[in-house]
Formats: sequence, C-alpha cells, structure tokens
Amino acid sequence: MRTGIVVFPGTWSDRDCGHAVGEILGEPVRYVDHRERALDDLELVILPGGFSYGDYLRCGAIARFAPVMDAVANFADRGGLVLGICNGFQILQEARMLPGALLRNASCEFRCEWVHLRVEQSDSAFTLDCRPGQVLRIPISHGEGNFFADAETLASLEGAGRVVLRYCTSDGRVTAAANPNGSLGNIAGISNARGNVVGMMPHPERACEAVLGGEDGLAVLRSAIHALARVAV
Amino acid sequence: MYRAEVFVTLKPVVNDPAGLTIRGGLEALGFDSVREVRAGKYLVITLDEPDQDHARARAEAMAQQLLANAVIEDFRVEVQPA
Repeated sequence: MRTGIVVFPGTWSDRDCGHAVGEILGEPVRYVDHRERALDDLELVILPGGFSYGDYLRCGAIARFAPVMDAVANFADRGGLVLGICNGFQILQEARMLPGALLRNASCEFRCEWVHLRVEQSDSAFTLDCRPGQVLRIPISHGEGNFFADAETLASLEGAGRVVLRYCTSDGRVTAAANPNGSLGNIAGISNARGNVVGMMPHPERACEAVLGGEDGLAVLRSAIHALARVAV
Repeated sequence: MYRAEVFVTLKPVVNDPAGLTIRGGLEALGFDSVREVRAGKYLVITLDEPDQDHARARAEAMAQQLLANAVIEDFRVEVQPA
C-alpha cells in the first residue's frame, strides 16, 4: 500500500502515522510536502493530526488552500483512499470533501484520552476489517472535535450510512456520557458517498502497539490494504 | 484606501460553548441580567480599492471564501474610508 502522509506547517502526527504504516504494517511510506501537486504514485493519502498553520482563523481553514489539496481532491475523485485524522478531518471538511464542521468541544477542554468507538459502517475503506457494531478502543487528542452539521445534512449522512464511527461505552452503547466532545449523534467519523474518503477525530495511528496501550487502530489501517485489494480484484 | 471590518458569528443554530463559558464568568461576577453571550471573530482589513463599493465587494468575497465557514458561521461587513 503505497502511502503518502501529508505534512503541513504545524502537522504533528505525521511521524506517528509513518511509524504505524511503515514500521508496524511494513508498507512503503513517503512524506508529502504541502506544496506538492502530484500524488500519482500513491494508493493511500493520510492527512494527519496537528495544528496546520497554527489552526489560525479555524482549524484546517488555511491548510485547505495548500497546493497539495487540489491534488488530494483529484486523487479522491479517481478513487484513491484518503484518511483524515483529527486536524486532517477538519481540513477535509474545510475543503468540502466531507460535510459538516468540527466545533470547539462542548466542555471547552482539550480532551486527550482513550475512547470507545462503535463501528457503524463496515463498508468504508477504513472499516472493511471490522464488523458492524464492533467496539474499537482508540485515543482522541483534540480541543475542536464537536461534530456539527445542519439537520438536513445530518439526516442525509445517517440515511446513507455514512456515519462510520460513534463514541460509545466499552460495551457499545451510544450514550451522552460516552460522548467526549458534544458531537451530534456521538459522531466520531464519517465517509464520503463512495466510501473511499473517511475523516475521524480519534487517532488510530496511536493505537497500533500493545506497549502503547492498544492495537485497535490497526483494524483501520489494515482495512485500507484490503480495500485496495478489493479494487484490484 | 478602505478599512473593512468583518464580523464573523456562529449561526444561531450552532452551540457556542465559549459564549456559554463567558456567560458563566459574567454571572459569577454578579452580572445577573445576562441572558446570552455569543462569541465571534472580528477582523480589520485595510485594502487598496478604487471606491467603497469595490472595497465592500472584495471584503465580502474574502469572507465567503475564507474568513467565515458557511456551514457554521454568518458574517457582516462594514466598510469605511481608511
């Protein structure tokens, strides 16, 4: 799985993603500068977490206009796999590649903690290896992950099965107490209509080794490998 | 030269946790008449345009394309000679 990890000024999770894909999964990785304009050599593009351009104005608002983002949009249009994690999710929304917005956490606190996620949709490129209803344990680390969309957009996401992950309890119940940031519908991750572009606030790359507290993030990244194999068949 | 003031505010349907927190602080100080606080952004842009109409049109285009996110925010632009 030829993977490109986009690095904007202020990105901070690029090496964690590179470690997970390159060292743990053993797949080829290259870091993509935000000024690059060609991604033709890649099969997966990851927009990692961080504070691109200082998150000035709004999270992801400036990164959206980086030269590489036109290439990312074209890559996705051609069916390439795109995973936006945390700040990467915010950037995909600002770029209108995914709907909605991520507001300040309802608590006004930065939340850095392990959460449980229920897999709602196992057809997306990043949940193929999961079964619907499966609970993943993956950490979050954000101050602005409070998913918002207007009622019509939300209904269309739910109706089309584009809600991929929801915050839940350890036994898979979607409750207000399990919602770390105030997200509508406990939404932690969504996909585009085609399922090849996914944005998620939790950090799967930080949950890929038992020594770091858990390996459930591997299911997300390995799903992409199998999604590519499925396309090839 | 013109001076454009751009006021960016969350849409009424969008929750504003920062505004709620500020309201709590005001209440703690004894400002018990406060019913609601909405926090937003204020930008001042100095721009070189031939007249006020052009300056307004450009500032509004900036707000639409970058300064405000139409998914969650509204904006208002005021333009004066600088």
